[in-house]
This record gives sequence, C-alpha cells and structure tokens, in this order.
Amino acid sequence: MKKITVAIAGNPNSGKTTVFNALTGMRHHVGNYPGVTVEKKEGACKHEDYEITFVDLPGTYSLTAYSIEEIVARNFIVDEHPDVVVDIVDSSNLERNLYLAVQLMEMNVPLVLAFNMSDLAKSKGMSFDIEQLSQLLEAAIVPMTANKKEGINELLQAVVKTAEAPKKQRTHTIQYGKEIEEELEKIQNTLDSEHDLVTKYGSRWLALKLLEHDKEIWEKGHNKEVLHAVKNSTEHLKIVFDDDPQIMIADRRYGFISGACQESVKHTVETRHDWSDKIDTVMINRVLGIPIFVILMYLLFQLTFFLGQWPMEWMERFFGWLSVNVAALWPAGSESALKSLIVDGIIGGVGGVIVFLPNILLLFLAIAFLEDSGYMARAAFIMDRIMHKIGLHGKSFMPMLIGLGCSVPAIMATRILENRRNRLTTIMIIPLVSCGARLPIYMLIIPAFFANTVLLKFGFLKITMHAFMLWIIYMIGILLAIICARILRSTVFQGETTPFVMELPPYRMPTLKGVVIHMWDRGWMYLKKAGTIILAISIILWAAASYPKVDPKNLEGLSESQIQTEKLRNSIIGGIGHAIEPIIKPIGFDYKIGTALIGALAAKEVFVAQLGIVYSLGESEGTSKALRKKLKADYSPLQGFCIMLFCLISAPCMATIAMTKRETGSWGWAIFQLLGLTTLAYVVTFFAYRIGLLMSV
Amino acid sequence: MADLIGLNKVKPGQTATVVSIKGRSSINKRIADMGVIPGTAIKVNRVAPLGDPIEIIIRGYHLSLRKKEAANIIVELDVK
Ligand SMILES: Nc1nc2c(ncn2[C@@H]2O[C@H](COP(=O)(O)OP(=O)(O)OP(=O)(O)O)[C@@H](O)[C@H]2O)c(=O)[nH]1
Repeated sequence: MKKITVAIAGNPNSGKTTVFNALTGMRHHVGNYPGVTVEKKEGACKHEDYEITFVDLPGTYSLTAYSIEEIVARNFIVDEHPDVVVDIVDSSNLERNLYLAVQLMEMNVPLVLAFNMSDLAKSKGMSFDIEQLSQLLEAAIVPMTANKKEGINELLQAVVKTAEAPKKQRTHTIQYGKEIEEELEKIQNTLDSEHDLVTKYGSRWLALKLLEHDKEIWEKGHNKEVLHAVKNSTEHLKIVFDDDPQIMIADRRYGFISGACQESVKHTVETRHDWSDKIDTVMINRVLGIPIFVILMYLLFQLTFFLGQWPMEWMERFFGWLSVNVAALWPAGSESALKSLIVDGIIGGVGGVIVFLPNILLLFLAIAFLEDSGYMARAAFIMDRIMHKIGLHGKSFMPMLIGLGCSVPAIMATRILENRRNRLTTIMIIPLVSCGARLPIYMLIIPAFFANTVLLKFGFLKITMHAFMLWIIYMIGILLAIICARILRSTVFQGETTPFVMELPPYRMPTLKGVVIHMWDRGWMYLKKAGTIILAISIILWAAASYPKVDPKNLEGLSESQIQTEKLRNSIIGGIGHAIEPIIKPIGFDYKIGTALIGALAAKEVFVAQLGIVYSLGESEGTSKALRKKLKADYSPLQGFCIMLFCLISAPCMATIAMTKRETGSWGWAIFQLLGLTTLAYVVTFFAYRIGLLMSV
Repeated sequence: MADLIGLNKVKPGQTATVVSIKGRSSINKRIADMGVIPGTAIKVNRVAPLGDPIEIIIRGYHLSLRKKEAANIIVELDVK
C-alpha cells in the first residue's frame, strides 16, 4: 500500500472542516502544531491502493506572515513537503478564495482545487469552464458540495492522480509587470549568496517575500547586499507606482485571478437574493442589533445552565455512588491511606471538576452553533467599538462572556484571536469575569450578612438588597477586567492594536454533525486536562488536607464533624491557613478563611465546603443555614463583603491555571496570572476593608 | 475628476471605487490581501450599531473594518 500525505488549505468558512470530516470520518486526531497553540487535525482514509493522511492546515486568506496561522500553514508546506495540497475553495466567492490558491501555485506545490459550495455557486447563477480554469491554474479542479458529500470520491481520485503525476515546474507564473519583474530579478541575483534559503524556498519566492516585506522571511537574517537590493527596489517601485510594492503585488495577483475568471466563469442570472444580507438588516440593525445580541447571550446562558442542571445532578450522583462503592472495598471505618487517596483525593477532586462537564459541553455546543451559523462574526462586529476602547478586539468579547460560565472554556475560546498580545491580555483578565463556580460563595455570604430589603420598586419590578449585592460583585469584576486590560495593553502587552479586518460570512444553517464534532473536540481537550494536571493537583491538595495525621488519641470522644475539623486544622492546609493569618489579618481574614481559601484553589466552590469543615458542620441539609449563622457571629458585614471580593479576584482555580499554561505554552504566564491576580485581590480587599473600617460600615 | 475621500466618509448605500491605500503597514497589506486594491468597486453596506466598524461589500463578499482603517482607503464616489 502506498502512502500519500495531503495538506488541506483554504479560506476560513470555505467548508474545510466539512470536507475534512467527510474524508476522514470521525477518525481524526486533534493536537497542536509544535510550539504554537494552533490546532492541528490529522486523519486518514484508504482509497484504492493508497493510504492517505490528511492534515488540516489552519484556515487563512493568504500566506503572508500576518498571523501565526498563516506562518504555520506556510511552514507546514515548506518543511513537511506534503505530496499534494488540496485547497478548499468557496466557489460561490471565487475571486477572493483563489487569492490563496495563487499563492499556493507560487510555492510550486502539486495542487488540487476543491471547488466547494457548488450548490451555492449554482444558485448564484455562476457556471465554470472547469477545463479552461484547470489549465490556467495548472491544478486539478473538483467541483463539490461537501455537506451533501458530493464530490468526495472525485476529490480522492484527483489527489491520487496528482500525487502520481511526475513533478514538473509550472509554466504559468504570475507576471507582476515589467517594473516589478525587473526588481525581482535584481533581488534574485543577489540571493546566490544565500544558498540554503534558496534551496528551501526557491529564489523567486524568496525575492517576492522580501519585496512584500514579509516579517518572517525578513527576519531570517540576510546579507547586506540582499537587504540593500530590497531597499533600493522598494524605493524605486514606490516612486514608479506611488503605492507600496506590497499593494501592487496583491493587485497583480488579483489581476491574474480576474483574467482567469473572465475567460472561464459565467454569471448566467444577474439577479440574486442575498438572504444573508436581509437577515443582517435585522440582526445587526442600528436599533435592534444590540437588544437582539443581549437576548441571544442571555438565552445562551439560560439554556446551558437550565439544560445542564439534570446531567450535572446525574454526574454528582454517579461520583457519589462511585465513592461509596469504592470505599466499600475496604472494611468499614478503615483508615487506609490508599482508600482516602482514591475516594477523597482522586474521585472527590477530579469528580468535583468533571461534574461541570455537562455545562461546559452545552456551552461549547451553543458556541459551536453560533460559530457555524455565522453569528459569532456579527457579535464581534457589534462589540468591537467597546472592546477597542479597552485595547482589545471585537472577538475578545466572546471569550469574556463565556467566562461568566467558566474560565476554562473561555481561555480555550481565545484561540479565535489572531494577535498574540491581544490573546494573552484576554487570557489574563478572563478570571476576573466572575464564573459560575463562584456563585455558591456569594450565595452563602450575601444572605448571611445582608437582609433582603427592597431597595427600589417600580411597579412589579423590585430591586432587592441581595440582587443588588450580587450585581455589585459582578460589576466590580468586569470593571477590574477593563482596568487590567488597559494596564496590560499599555505595559506588558504593549503594541499596535490589531486591525479589525474581518469577513462577515454568509449565514448558514449549522449541521448537527458539524456542531457536535466541534463541541466534542473541545470537550475532549477539557477532559484530557482533567485527566492530567487536575488529577495531579487534586492529589497534592488531598495530601495537603490529610497530612500530617492527627494522633487518634486526640480524637477520642469527638463527634464525626469535630474530627473532620481537627484533622483539617492539623493538616498542611490548616498549617498554611494559620501561617498566613498575619498576612491576611490586614484584609480582615482569620485562619479559618485562610484555610478555606487554600482549599478553594482546587475549585472555587470548594470554599464553601471547606468552611463547613472548619466550622464542624456535617454534610447535612441546612448546612448553609447553620454556616451562615456561624459566619454572622464571627464576622462583620464588611468582612463578609471582603471575603466575596477576595474570592472574586484572587488566584483562579487550578483548572484555569492549567489551561492558561496550556494555551500560552508556558508556566511563566500561568504563574504571572496566579500571582498577579492574588496580589490584585489583596490590594483591592485591603483598601476596601480599611476604607470600610474608617467609614465604620 | 470627482473628489477623493476616505472610505470612512462614504455613507451606507453609496458605492465607490478604490483609488489608493495610504500609509504603510501590515494592516494595509492585510486589506490588500482581502481584495481591497485600486480599481475595485466597493459598496458601504452599513455601520455597526455603536457607530464603528463599518461593513462593506467587495468582490461579492462582506467585509468589516474600523473607520480608522477605512480612512486610509482613498476612494472616488461613483456618480449616479
Ligand atoms: N451550501 C453548502 N454549505 C456547505 C458546503 N460545505 C460546507 N458547508 C457549510 O458551511 C459551513 C462552514 O463549514 P466548515 O466546514 O465549518 O467551514 P471551515 O472552512 O472549516 O470554517 P472554519 O471552521 O471557520 O475554518 C457549515 O455550516 C457547513 O455545513 C457546501 O458545499 N454547500
């Protein structure tokens, strides 16, 4: 059996994923390209005598060094020498899609063009002279409609044929016109001294990229002579054209495409219904756009949490059942360390994070739906004005919004941001958006200290103290996120704001399969995280909460809940809680709160459970009522408020930190986030407490 | 010859032809890559609810850009 490697390139939204899935079925593997967090999908299929491996390149419009995606796609082709490159072209939007094809031609790769979306092209009244286009572009062309699986077999045949054809130099190269060609030649002549680069990239391509001022190629370190030639040529061309050579090069490429299309694309019917645009007259209407957006986002959350509550309950019951049954493997009352490790450490720790899986999967599902339908781009379009003000990008909005649910998927969602500085800033501030796991803390504290008086009343609409407090906490989080984003963007992540040049793709009805695959790929990543880092941290936190052991003699005569308290007090976590008391005293906390805070590193809502243990309350109904009473006896409302404030801002949970590490590719950023937020929490809470005391609240 | 204006000044519903792209930066390269090059016909389709960015139709597809970037695209309004 012969092996063929195929790279799949294409514009975003051209149907790349659909084609890839149709080719490989569900048998694919998702990972990252080495060194960067750009998703790499690989899959395989058998066709006749061939085993064909497909690698899905990131979706790009061009192959310059504009974004990591473009560099990754380009380098894969140069370094891995795929046998064939398949460019998925949205044939209903041919000109812009062929821009990428032209650049692939210039890289001299064996090319197959998949003219996808044939159905749409047809309904737009377009028809193609495939044979002629194929000759002009020197590539096999396969018309297809991927979502109906039409043309998949033909595509495979074309791939095999192209792979088997003898490699030859292209005869049609894009001609850039006399002036540019002359300068290209001058630059090429100086390149003899850069033998290695020339063998790798080819001298014409290299000269072209240099003239385009391609950052990555430019930084490869060139001889003085070469740089000099490029500089001269650039200046000369600028005078000739009164425009940047870069723009002239793009101009000539589009010129080539127009030429090819003129001869072989016919528009038979002129009238066309732009349904998508009609939908947009409502969806991004100047008046209705924002209300619709707010309602959609509200529904997104309402639905995920409403539908998520049942599976979440099942998961909780399952883990409860699992720990009871696993514990039963030991004789009753056993003090086995292994039992405790498995039941309390592993099942308790990992289970505590995994119960959120249904919610997270539903959130991913909703997001995949918004993405595949095309609304996500509209959301960015609507929000860009506000996001731009704080130094971010319209697309940063979505991750921040997801952060209201859970920071972990929110951090994963920052992948849609092209600019690294933008992305890092967004990742750093996401934990400030109060996530769902912090809600139980507020739910415990607010009723403990504040009576639910009615503050304002408009007819049947009431604003009560509890709702108001909750609102204040969320607002503080968002406000801090905005301030931090601004500060980060003007210090650590300083630099040009990303331009907002974004396609608004036509609306499409998402397919169930497409949406489910999207959801599953991300859900799987989350699970893998739970399986590795979260497991490790769970075990560490378990050990810290159970060692050193208390001498059993000291526990005699104590009730079960008092024993728990004694054990925790004696443990490393309890020790840390005590040790940090002097540090947290200035912000109004004692060792009990300190102990619970350390426990909350596992997951924010653990704070409540830990506090229950500190106060010797068994896990029974009405725990929170009893706990509230105790809290009220021990602390002032100001301290209560400070607890919420600190929980809101301080160190995110371990799953978040693990995800930050993964998505930024370095522990450095994860630790920066951990320490930065904790310091911020300390400072803010300190001032809140001190000012509160002065004003004797 | 009609007046040359920045694309940001073109009102929704109006059509224009690109004359040149000012300034030089990676942004302009990006804009050119997306097909906004001299000689191309552009229609400004609408403005975002908050007043920025704008949506244009070019080469049969919809593209959005901020007014700041649009200001660098010099166009000539089409006469009706
Ligand atoms: N009408 C039509 N729709 C298609 C065709 N191929 C794909 N689609 C739909 O187009 C949408 C986008 O397809 P994807 O496969 O997600 O596109 P992609 O290029 O991977 O896009 P990104 O994931 O954004 O990079 C989906 O809703 C598909 O169902 C086609 O041939 N005809």
